[in-house]
Amino acid sequence: MESKEKMSTERIQYRYEPGNLYKSEPLVRELSSLEPDELLVNIGPQHPSTHGVLRLEVVTDGEIIKEVIPHMGYLHRCFEKHAEKLPFNQIIPFVDRLDYVAAMNSEHAYAMGVEKMLGIDQQIPKRVEYIRVLVAELNRIASHFVAIGTYGLDIGTFTPFLWLMRDREHINRMLEWVSGARMLYNYIWIGGLYYDIPVGFEEQCQELVKYLKPKLEELQTIVVDNKIFVERTASIGVLPLDLAISYGVTGPCLRGSGLRFDLRRVDAYSVYPELEFDIPIGSGAMGKKGDCWDRNFVRVQECRESIKIIEQCLQRLTGDLKRDRSFDPQALVPKKIRPKQQDFYCRAENSKGELGFFFRTGTGAGADVPVRVKVRACSFHNLSVLPAISKGVMLADLIAILGSLDFVMGEVDR
Amino acid sequence: MNFGELTSLLTETFGEGLMLASHTQHLQPQLQVAPERLLEVTEFLKRHPSCYFDTLSCLTAIDNGPEKGTMEVIYHLYSIPFHHSLVLKIEIPRTEPRVESLSAVWRTAEWHEREAYDFFGITFLHHPDLRRILLPADWEGFPLRKDYTEQEYYHGIKVRY
Repeated sequence: MESKEKMSTERIQYRYEPGNLYKSEPLVRELSSLEPDELLVNIGPQHPSTHGVLRLEVVTDGEIIKEVIPHMGYLHRCFEKHAEKLPFNQIIPFVDRLDYVAAMNSEHAYAMGVEKMLGIDQQIPKRVEYIRVLVAELNRIASHFVAIGTYGLDIGTFTPFLWLMRDREHINRMLEWVSGARMLYNYIWIGGLYYDIPVGFEEQCQELVKYLKPKLEELQTIVVDNKIFVERTASIGVLPLDLAISYGVTGPCLRGSGLRFDLRRVDAYSVYPELEFDIPIGSGAMGKKGDCWDRNFVRVQECRESIKIIEQCLQRLTGDLKRDRSFDPQALVPKKIRPKQQDFYCRAENSKGELGFFFRTGTGAGADVPVRVKVRACSFHNLSVLPAISKGVMLADLIAILGSLDFVMGEVDR
Repeated sequence: MNFGELTSLLTETFGEGLMLASHTQHLQPQLQVAPERLLEVTEFLKRHPSCYFDTLSCLTAIDNGPEKGTMEVIYHLYSIPFHHSLVLKIEIPRTEPRVESLSAVWRTAEWHEREAYDFFGITFLHHPDLRRILLPADWEGFPLRKDYTEQEYYHGIKVRY
């Protein structure tokens, strides 16, 4: 009996000590520094409306928020430390896990960066580029669906979440067909693709587009233009343009504040210059420019633009860039990835904003692995603006603002 | 403005002594400036009507290792209206890494500098809130330094496995 007890205590990996919580992530505001009317509310890290493991330290005066202090790092997986030890192609699965709801977009950005350093970015076959854009745009729609769906959940509408998850499921299945994985693909490789798109994918994708178009109309009328939704989100969490730029906010959040800035147009990377699409911006149609409604409106509009892009990609992929027996998507994939020694910053438009990768490459024997990879994560910047725009709002509106910024903690914490 | 125009504008304004080196042989040219003049240079670059670098895209810290004894901080500036960019670099001693914070110029820098402090232990002077951002507050050491060795136990949990 005694030995049994001894064994069970030896197996304990972590002995719970309440004091450790205050040591590892102490409060910024001392409890003794609070005014008589102030109350300190802790939200998260395990809370459904913090979209992951974000913890907020909120100082309130009744219902009015005086200060918000985000605590991050609960999902830190040492991406940058891992990247220092891995060859360039083996980093791609880690890149997937940054923004796990838009992994294709992240892979695309990463692969483009390494290709530019290798100097092969001009030689990538057009068919490869179009497939990349096709899957990235599919994933962008899926990511926006998650954003709008969970946002609905945050502010009290449950049905759109289920509908959007159902529609996202179709996209996930398409991407599973392409790559074998539902969320973390490792599909876009440096210099090419893992595999050509499967036979029949184009036709199935046409069907999907046909299916999604009325669903987007429905989403617009039932959710975004809904009177209750408008009243809940209009003029809430107004993000002025100068503040957004100063905090480095990009993507739908920046465009919601009224700036037509999209890296797909500005940097004109990949085959985006050959494609027709508009960049929707927020105009304050329901309240003030840059409010929560504008940000969600921009996301829905972007889904429509993505569908336009997908249609054009499919047209090319079934037209002049048709499937060909001799086509090898791995033809240009280098056996050894050894970029010249340099510093390089590459960026692309993720579904949430500007995703950048900074590389420093080594020389000689160390050229196979990067010396340093730094991720300029869009969610990280979008979240950083939260304390600035949530001062003086109601506690319930904080959740509405938080959801409308659409961050993924996997990317914030890396 | 391209890199050459920007460097000549900076030398005109601040004199020859500002630029310590410019690395132009690569795809993205870099400009190395003295760390103590960083704040005035960036403020100038932000305010000047023909530069107008309104965003700080990225801030990266790099440890060059104990042999070289230096750390680098690399700033990627970008101007939305002019669509031009500039890479600034500073080098600071590894034994006492400290540099002026840019969070007053771009608010983006605030969290980036906290991250650099978290992983490299670089002190950013006059930073409004310099705490660890991703690691727990009682973590020992700075993990992205080249000579980092992880602590053996953290709250009774074995770190190395």
